Amino acid sequence: MTYLSVRDLTVRLKDGPALLRSVSLDVAAGEVRGLVGESGAGKSMIGKAILGILPRAVEVVSGQIVLDGVDLLTLPPAERRVRVGATCALIPQDPLTALNPSRRIGPQMTDRLVDILGWSRANAAARVQDLLAEVQIVDPARVLRQYPHELSGGMRQRILIASAFAAEPRLIVADEPTTALDVTVQKQILKLIAGMQARHGTALLFVTHDLGVVSKVCQSLSVLYAGKVVEDAAVRAFFAGPKHPYSAALLAATPKYTDPDAGLQPVPADVIAAVRAEVGHG
Amino acid sequence: MGLLRTILLRLLTTAITLFGVAVIVFFVIRVVPGNPIAMMLPPGATDEDIARLTALYGLDKSIPAQFWIWGAGVLQGDFGTSITARQPVLAMVLARLPATLELSVLALLIAVLVGGAAALTGTRLRQTKVEGGIDIAGGMALSVPDFLWGLLLILAFGVLMPIFHISGRVTPSLDLPFVTNFYLVESLIRLRLDLTLDLLSHMLLPALSLAIPLAAIIAQLLKQSLKETMHLDYVTLARTHGYSEARVIWREALPNALLPTLTLVGVQFTFLIGGTVIIERLFSYEGLGNMAIDAVINRDLPLIQGIVILFAVIFTGVNLVVDLMYAALNPRLRHG
Ligand SMILES: Nc1ncnc2c1ncn2[C@@H]1O[C@H](COP(=O)(O)OP(=O)(O)O)[C@@H](O)[C@H]1O
Ligand SMILES: [Mg+2]
Repeated sequence: MTYLSVRDLTVRLKDGPALLRSVSLDVAAGEVRGLVGESGAGKSMIGKAILGILPRAVEVVSGQIVLDGVDLLTLPPAERRVRVGATCALIPQDPLTALNPSRRIGPQMTDRLVDILGWSRANAAARVQDLLAEVQIVDPARVLRQYPHELSGGMRQRILIASAFAAEPRLIVADEPTTALDVTVQKQILKLIAGMQARHGTALLFVTHDLGVVSKVCQSLSVLYAGKVVEDAAVRAFFAGPKHPYSAALLAATPKYTDPDAGLQPVPADVIAAVRAEVGHG
Repeated sequence: MGLLRTILLRLLTTAITLFGVAVIVFFVIRVVPGNPIAMMLPPGATDEDIARLTALYGLDKSIPAQFWIWGAGVLQGDFGTSITARQPVLAMVLARLPATLELSVLALLIAVLVGGAAALTGTRLRQTKVEGGIDIAGGMALSVPDFLWGLLLILAFGVLMPIFHISGRVTPSLDLPFVTNFYLVESLIRLRLDLTLDLLSHMLLPALSLAIPLAAIIAQLLKQSLKETMHLDYVTLARTHGYSEARVIWREALPNALLPTLTLVGVQFTFLIGGTVIIERLFSYEGLGNMAIDAVINRDLPLIQGIVILFAVIFTGVNLVVDLMYAALNPRLRHG
């Protein structure tokens, strides 16, 4: 069953160029969909549009973002905010900047449960403590009393992951959640997210530029180029043979996901030119 | 580890600062022309009379010798005797201090409330006409110095629409039960709200004159700091939690935006205290500043010295409080 359905979403800089052009993608309940594309393609913009945190300089021109049968773009802002807060969550890219430096971890994690979902303080505290244990944080009670600067990047990303799952959301947007981390930590965090997703049955929109990661954690993927979806496929079918030339080139340019030592190939210039012409860019 | 060290270092620098201030004032006021003894004696006084009085106040000795005598007294809590009032300087100065403190703190409160509200409103309604209005009002507030605000306020609310007192600290005909000179605080503690109102009606215009420029500075600094904070990742993440914009500003952005504002507000508050000298004169408010001007006019050297030292102590105290608040607000400092 489709949980999130983005339909023909067009987003642009106010009085400027389009950043997303008629983007459509579906995420079924419990499904993990990869969203790949090079830097600047508009991957984060899609996540922000869904979560209602587009920059002020950016506006939605047309389209629908249907969450659980309701088009978010038709809701009054306050209602949309609360609905998204109660059912969706974000795992951000940079754990070093995503926690409030002047607040303790505990309230940062429990506030949403208490203020938006109406839980009691005690229930919320117990819940986040369990979640911290689930993301393999030792001595969760102590960590809840600490400030972000007392914790390492890997610890903070675990906390942010636990926090994303705290309200038992139906959909999580993970925006390149391992890019800012040490290579050694990346694998653990990836495994952690995949494990949490499987246990909680949460739908996941996984933004990444790494096809190797997609092959490991996703069931389907959308390939984005210059604000446009150029391919939407099941992961198996995609790796067996991408339909779109840009996807094929991207796949060829990725170090073989089974062999991290293979060299990196650039996307051939003629393919780039062909795709740019096709999506009407440049 | 460093707390004790920090405090000791702080006390040491404070002592050095105060000593420096004492030296400078002491010598400067003795170098500028004007003989305090000649000024206090009636026109017909003989040179003999003048010499006798000059010796009485120790002004016949060399300046370093005078400084030595005065400094030794200060270390024992004796700031000398006022030449004009013939009373101990310390008692005179301490009696006036509460009036100035109450005025300065009232002005600071007004500035923080008005400036803070303007910054929060401007952030909540950023990129709208309201923010533009706040910026324009702030620019106007800053382009007029405090004593001109004083004159304008006297004109507006003392002359054109006489609804506030423009002179003095309290209506003298009232029955005043006060045992301390902290009239405003004491009237609140005694629940004599009639007196509180009378005091506030006297203090409001001078306090506003001092507060208006500071409120504008706070509004500008805090709003700028808030707007920068609003773009940070943790604020964006908090938004996805479903919180209202007002709550995001108040709970996520404000605590972090306060830090850079605080230090500057501390510096500006010491300027505000300096501003009381002229504002108190303008409103005939019986505080330290007003006394300072009289002391300078009369060349009352011991009194000038006492007042300047007290102002220096107040400034140092304000800086200390700001540093402590900074440490209390900043978790990075709180935990070593
Ligand atoms: N706040 C913003 N204001 C203006 N343009 C922006 C803003 N954020 C992103 N963009 C532009 O939108 C496009 C898509 O950005 P983004 O979604 O962050 O790309 P990705 O996540 O795929 O790397 C880029 O061209 C970027 O320059
Ligand atoms: Mg991005």
